[in-house]
Amino acid sequence: MRIELVKRQQRSALFSALSPFIALALTILAGAILFAFLGKNPATALYYYFVDPLLETWSLHELAIKSAPLILIAVGLSICFLSNNWNIGAEGQFIMGAVVGSMLPVMFPEFQYWFVLPLMLVMGIAGGAAYAAIPAFLKVRFNTNEILTSLMLVYVAQLFLDWLVRGPWRNPAGFNFPETVRFHAHAILPEILPASGRAHWGFVFALIAAVALWFILSRTLTGFEVKVMGQSPRAGRFAGFSRPKLIFFAFLLSGGLAGLAGISEVSGAMGQLRPVISPGYGFTAIIVAFLGRLNPLGIVAAGLVLGLTYLGGEAAQISLGVSDKVARVFQGMLLFFVLGCDTLIHYRVRFIGSPAQKPVEEA
Amino acid sequence: MGIAESILLTIATAATPLLIAAMGELVVERSGVLNLGVEGMMVMGAVCGFAAAALTGSPWMGVFGGILAGVVMSLLFAFLTLSIATNQVATGLSLTLLGLGLSGMIGESFVGSAGRKLPVLDLPVLSDLPLVGRLVFGQDPIFYMSIALTLGVSWFLFRTRAGLTLRSIGDSHSSAHALGISVIGYRYLAVMFGGACAGLAGAHLSLVYTPQWVENMTAGRGWIALALVVFASWRPLRVLAGAYLFGAVTIGQLHAQALGFGIPSQLLSSLPYLATIVVLVLISRNRRLTLMNTPASLGQPFVPER
Amino acid sequence: MRKTLLGLAAAALALSVSAPAIAQDKIKACFVYIGPKTDGGWTQAHDIGRQLVDKELGDKVETQYVESVPEGPDAERVIERFARSGCAIVFTTSFGYMDQTIAVASKFPDVKFEHATGYKTAENVTSYNSRFYEGRYIIGQIAAKMSKTGVAGYIASFPVPEVVQGINAFTLGAQSVNPDFKLKVIWVNTWHDAGKEADAAKALIDQGVDILTQHTDSAAPMQIAEERGIKAFGQAFDQIQAGPNAQLTAIVDTWGPYYVKRIQAVLDGTWKGGEATWDGLAEGILEMAPYTNMPDDMKAAAEETEAKIKSGELKPFTGPITKQDGTEWLKEGESADDPTLLGLNFYVKGVDDKLPN
Repeated sequence: MRIELVKRQQRSALFSALSPFIALALTILAGAILFAFLGKNPATALYYYFVDPLLETWSLHELAIKSAPLILIAVGLSICFLSNNWNIGAEGQFIMGAVVGSMLPVMFPEFQYWFVLPLMLVMGIAGGAAYAAIPAFLKVRFNTNEILTSLMLVYVAQLFLDWLVRGPWRNPAGFNFPETVRFHAHAILPEILPASGRAHWGFVFALIAAVALWFILSRTLTGFEVKVMGQSPRAGRFAGFSRPKLIFFAFLLSGGLAGLAGISEVSGAMGQLRPVISPGYGFTAIIVAFLGRLNPLGIVAAGLVLGLTYLGGEAAQISLGVSDKVARVFQGMLLFFVLGCDTLIHYRVRFIGSPAQKPVEEA
Repeated sequence: MGIAESILLTIATAATPLLIAAMGELVVERSGVLNLGVEGMMVMGAVCGFAAAALTGSPWMGVFGGILAGVVMSLLFAFLTLSIATNQVATGLSLTLLGLGLSGMIGESFVGSAGRKLPVLDLPVLSDLPLVGRLVFGQDPIFYMSIALTLGVSWFLFRTRAGLTLRSIGDSHSSAHALGISVIGYRYLAVMFGGACAGLAGAHLSLVYTPQWVENMTAGRGWIALALVVFASWRPLRVLAGAYLFGAVTIGQLHAQALGFGIPSQLLSSLPYLATIVVLVLISRNRRLTLMNTPASLGQPFVPER
Repeated sequence: MRKTLLGLAAAALALSVSAPAIAQDKIKACFVYIGPKTDGGWTQAHDIGRQLVDKELGDKVETQYVESVPEGPDAERVIERFARSGCAIVFTTSFGYMDQTIAVASKFPDVKFEHATGYKTAENVTSYNSRFYEGRYIIGQIAAKMSKTGVAGYIASFPVPEVVQGINAFTLGAQSVNPDFKLKVIWVNTWHDAGKEADAAKALIDQGVDILTQHTDSAAPMQIAEERGIKAFGQAFDQIQAGPNAQLTAIVDTWGPYYVKRIQAVLDGTWKGGEATWDGLAEGILEMAPYTNMPDDMKAAAEETEAKIKSGELKPFTGPITKQDGTEWLKEGESADDPTLLGLNFYVKGVDDKLPN
């Protein structure tokens, strides 16, 4: 049997709407098989993964905390990816945003005014954007592959943070353990509804960013430019769009949002810097961006779904003893199915069977 | 065994998995496909290689198991990106995610079990020659495979017709298709070759480098292999040089520490990454050189028009 | 068709949800792990401890765990989930969980918390730790007796006080036998990268060390020692399997008896918060693996040192001790107090390394 793709004249509106659901259904099906294979009741396991974490208010807050950085980074990345800029170093930009933003409470702990927090957020955005400017500059000036430079800079940023919190920024009263002083009250990002849970304003930033970028992409000339340059750089050049300008725009924007995610995480959820401040948000966000099919509003949904798999993974581990690796396999499968199903939007799929049969038209 | 010889041996061991995985990815990228899932295929090669060796008692079955696991993973990638034209970057990243998760699941029952090490070559007289004896005549089989692989890939790409075809596909898949070449067929084979190499590189980790299974034992080496391909501007012999240079920097860093130079270890640890960026910039500055070697259709999906 | 499937699924859900009800007479003891429970090092040692609880108190206690929990907000969520799900006691087994443990504990005064290797406690939070350095002193002595080159190699992870304690104790132990003994240190900046640990082991051997010890998690250095025909000490586990001819002994983390004791205290109603426990060889929170691959007289000497430490007659950090920079740290007969040890950030004389800062 052979598979043949036939390009559609237009995107299929039907499959645009249906494909995420087909993908989700396939993932659940594959997940059920996986759990059955592991000797667990699939229904129970899926219940713990996708339903249990949604039943309590505090848990919804936790979902918002987990999803906020993913969404914030992923919406920025969507601009990058749509314009054909492969920034996969958001993890490093997240870290540098957190580091630059933390300079105020760590280096000047006496400096306590109401405007410290806004300043920190701005500095966080600047830090992330500046770090993202490096691969952008190298790409524009020397035509250097941004996938590799942005990735290498992640390792450099991780080691830099490590050096800071073990060396110059170490809390002098912290028994020599690798962490900075705890931030003072003016440097803490407040919680949204302290009465019911811990979710902080980072989640609100994520929603605002998603809506703003959705607006830019669908309603402004810049958004048009991003899409044209992504699909056909030649056409973009004829239209008079500047490639260097767009590269910088995409990198600075996504770096800035990753930086904002970093400083929000540190000032909201942690209250200090540590050697490791991200369990790979920058990389997971790439998956979220594609899961949301590079649409900022889709990314909000995707970020919540992916966040849910983390919470669900813990619930399943506690209640059923399912290993935490299953959650990662699950995430990988989900993305495979989403990517696969999206093919249906742009192509008709024909299965060409054994020689005698005539081709059967699917879809 | 003198200290110089011993350091060279250590560098060779550190460079071999990078060299093999990068050599596979080089062929993949020369065909115009970018597979960012090297880390995932490599870690699967490591766990399956270890498991096969532990279950059969033969490290050679381990080598086979590692290669097979890499190929199976690469087929998944090939089906998605080639047959149904998904985005290569995203598919590659999810392949890594899947590989890290799956390998952890498979490996859970093998943690802490005794590893089987591939035997090293031991020739009378020759292996005992000063300085070069062990280096040339006394290493593990995968080391010799890595050297053969380098020469073989170099010969294949630049001296055979099929190699020329592969490169032409990487440069312009539509022209190749117009000439009646099976673009998808060639790319399938290239991706599978890349998977086999990544699997072998993983097996080297769990059968030679450190004969044991530890979760995430690739520890980012798949990503280094990817960087090496670009670092080498898609030339096999430069991949060889790059892998050994990288190995030398890594090992040299450890020696510098043991000698007590007192430089922050984080700075030393970040040197290989900074060096890669510098080399990338140096290479890509020279536009003519880059254009000559970079597969022009790298990363772009291809769907044959009828 | 779809409807029936959905209906079936819903029915199955309804059935299964009612199923996992836990027997009321058991209490729950819950563990938060930093790594995979089969990491071959730190986390696995804790998980073996948890299994001992299952074995000894299985009829009264049910244990649960979540593995690979990153420090930070993820840890706080997992700890809170445990607290809400009715755990009687929660063990948080990484230094980086400290502030999260304290934060959750303040919201759940009825749940008991124990945090490993930290320094903060509260009404319902205790901290517990192991004096790993006692074992390091013993292996330092053995190293000095066994080494022909007079230089040992130390593969270190991160310069936190616990690791610095270990390096210093090893050096002091070695110097008690050979005052000129030297120690070379390589920081690999990871707890867990078998390849890098192996590379570091080879680099140290190439520079002339003939005894290896490590404060990282994998058995790779032991394998290299076996291969190169030198001696080494196991870490966290008895690694005799990886180095049948190389391992002299190992510092084995044995958290199990502590866990059993503390959970028993919860059952008995005698558990008290606010305490900081820092146990050592005497209490059995760490043990020495059998002394092997060494002559009988050395074995006897090592056993004697172990006995002296257990009885309290020998405290590794007792003066006269000079710091690396030549200034005096402890006077003759003076022993270091725990707060100083907990924040240890300098080397003693004889360590051939600059402490990363």
